[in-house]
Amino acid sequence: MFSLINPDGTVRDRLPVTLEEMRGLYADMVEARAYDHKCMALQRQGRLATYAPFEGQEASQIGAAAALRADDWVAGTYRDAALMWRSGYPWRLLIAGRTGDERGGSPPDDVNVLPPSITVGGHMIHAVGLAWAEALKGSDRVALTSFGDGATSEGDFHEAMNFAAVYGTPTVFLCQNNGFAISYPRSEQTISESIAMKADGYGMPGVQVDGNDVAAVLTVTREAIDLARKGGGPSLIEAVTYRLGPHTTADDPGRYRDEDEALAWRERDPLQRVRLLLERAGGWAPDWQEELETKATTRIEEAVAEAEALPEPNLEEMFGRMYEEPTGPLQDQLDEAGNE
Amino acid sequence: MSEVTLAQSLNGAMDTALGSDERVVLLGEDIGRTGGVFRITDGLLDKYGEKRVFDTPVAESGIVGAAFGMAIAGLRPVVEIQFLGFSYPAFDQIINHVARIRNRSNHRFTAPMVIRIPFGGGIGAAEHHSESTEALYAHIPGVKVVVPSTPSDARGLLLAAIEDPDPVVFLEPIRLYRAVKEDVPDLYYTTEIGRLRVEREGDDITFISWGAMIKETRAAATALEEAGWSVEVLDLRTLSPLDHVGIVTSARKTGRVVVVHEAPRTGGLGGEIAAIIQEGALYSLLAPVRRVTGWDTVFPLKRSEGHYLPNVDQIVSAAEEILEA
Repeated sequence: MFSLINPDGTVRDRLPVTLEEMRGLYADMVEARAYDHKCMALQRQGRLATYAPFEGQEASQIGAAAALRADDWVAGTYRDAALMWRSGYPWRLLIAGRTGDERGGSPPDDVNVLPPSITVGGHMIHAVGLAWAEALKGSDRVALTSFGDGATSEGDFHEAMNFAAVYGTPTVFLCQNNGFAISYPRSEQTISESIAMKADGYGMPGVQVDGNDVAAVLTVTREAIDLARKGGGPSLIEAVTYRLGPHTTADDPGRYRDEDEALAWRERDPLQRVRLLLERAGGWAPDWQEELETKATTRIEEAVAEAEALPEPNLEEMFGRMYEEPTGPLQDQLDEAGNE
Repeated sequence: MSEVTLAQSLNGAMDTALGSDERVVLLGEDIGRTGGVFRITDGLLDKYGEKRVFDTPVAESGIVGAAFGMAIAGLRPVVEIQFLGFSYPAFDQIINHVARIRNRSNHRFTAPMVIRIPFGGGIGAAEHHSESTEALYAHIPGVKVVVPSTPSDARGLLLAAIEDPDPVVFLEPIRLYRAVKEDVPDLYYTTEIGRLRVEREGDDITFISWGAMIKETRAAATALEEAGWSVEVLDLRTLSPLDHVGIVTSARKTGRVVVVHEAPRTGGLGGEIAAIIQEGALYSLLAPVRRVTGWDTVFPLKRSEGHYLPNVDQIVSAAEEILEA
C-alpha cells in the first residue's frame, strides 16, 4: 500500500508535496470536517434530511480533488461532499440538497461536478461517458468517479471499468474503501485480496493507497490524472480508509462493528497526522489552528444560512424540472394541482 | 423523394443526423461492422468512421450509462439496444439517471439522447425477442416514448428525437421494418413528438393503435368500411406524452372507440387511453371503450404466436359489438 505520511506525522519517504500545499490541504480538511460535524448536528435538530457522514475519509476526498483541474468532471456519491466541495461545489448547495431541495443539485455553470448519485454504483459509467465525450471533442478534460467498496460488487462496476478500458477513456476510478457497505464488511464484500488488484482484469493500472494520507492520495491521483490527460487511459485507485461515523444518521454502527476497531482508526486520523507533520516542520501553531476553525465555522454557518434562506420551492418548479418544456399532460396536471 | 422501407428510412434519418450535427454519435452492440442485428445502421460506420459510430461491449446498462455521460458532456448519442427484452439491464440507468438528471440538477445537467429499441413480436423469434413492454417506459416521468409506424414518420420522429432537449425512448416495430414502403422526402424534417396522426378520418368509430398493430388495425378498418361503416384510425406515434387532445377529440366525434395494442392488457396503455376518454368524452360515448390486446401471458414462442397477437377478426368483432350496441 502506497503511503507517505505515517500516523505519527513522520514522513516515510521524500514528500512530493510542498509544505505550503500541505498547509492548504490541512486547511481544507479542517473545513470539510467542520461541515461534516455541522451536518450531523443539523440533522439531529431536524433541519436536514438523512445525512451520510464522511468523517475519517477527508484525506481521500480532499487529496483526490486537489489533483483535479477546475474544469474536470466529478461524479460521486452521497458521501462525497468534501470531494465535491474541493472541486468547486459550494457548501450552501450541498446543504440545500440535504435539506431536501432539488435546487441544491445545480452547481454553478463553470463547475463540472454532478449532483451526488444516491443509488449505489450506477454513476461510475457516467464518468466513462463524460471522459469519452471530452476525448472525442478533443479536449483534455478528465473525469473522476468516486464510489465505495460496496459499489464494486455491483455489476455496474464491471461495466464501467470494462468500457473505460476498452475505449481508453480518461477516467479515474477512486474507490474509497471505508471498510463497510452499511453493515457489510469489506472482507465479505469480495474475497479478493484488494480492490485495486481488480484493475488487472480490465487491463488498467490499479494502485492501493493509504486513504488517510492526504499526500499519498494526492500523489497517486495526480499520476492517474496525468496518465489519463495524456491519452493513457483509465486507472483504479483504492484508497483504504475508514468511516468513523455511521452509514447515515439512520444507522447504529454498534450493531455490526467493534467500536475498538473504530477507536483504533481514530489513531490513524487523516487530520491528526498532517497536523503532527506540520508541527514538526514548523508549519503549525495553535493560533493558526484556531484561525482555521473559526474561518471554517463562519463559512459553514453562512452556507447553512443561505441554504435555509432559499424561498419555499413552488409547484411550477417541481413540474417544470421534468422537461425543457412541460408536456401537455404535465401542464394539465400542474393546473389541476394548482387549483387544489 | 425516395421510396423506402421503415428500416431504410431510419437509416437515412441517422445518416442525415450524423451528417448535419457533429455532436451525434451512435453506440450499440454490433451496429458498426454488421450494421446492427436488423441492419438499421448499415453503412454508417464506413461513412462516418469510428469516432462517430461505436460497436460496444455486450452491456446494455453500460451502453446507456456511457451515452448518458456523453449527453451531459454535450454530445447527442443515439443508442441501439438490440431488442426490448434486452433493455431491462439498462432500465436502472434509464429510470434512475437518464430520466432524472434534469430534475436532480434543476436543469443544470441534461441528457439529450435517444435510445432506439426494436420491439414487438410476430417474427417467430426466440424468447425475449418479441416484447411489447412499452408501458414500462411510458410510465417513467422524464423520458418521452415514441413509436413510428410509417417510413415518413420514422424519419421525422427520429430526427425530432435526436433534436429533442430531453431523452427519448424510440421504439421501432420490428414487424414493419421491411413490410411497408413509402415515398419519403430526402430533406431534413421533423415530426412533432406528442401529436398523434389521424391515419384515416371517419365518423362511426375510432380505432386507436401504434407500432406494428397499425397494420391489423388498418385492415380491420377497411373490412368495416366495406360493410358500410365510417372508421377513424389514429396512430398515436407518441406514447409519452400521450396526445390527450387528439384522443378526446376523436372519441367525442365518433362516440365509439377500440384500442388495439400488442402489449399485455393489464397495465397496458389501453387502460390509460380508456381513462383519458372517459374523463374527456364520457357524455359523447355511445358504447364502452373496447380493448383488443395481447393477453396477460408471456409472449409465446413461434408456434403459439397466432394465439397471442391480436388479429383483424378480433378487432372487427370488438368493433361490431359496440357498433351494434
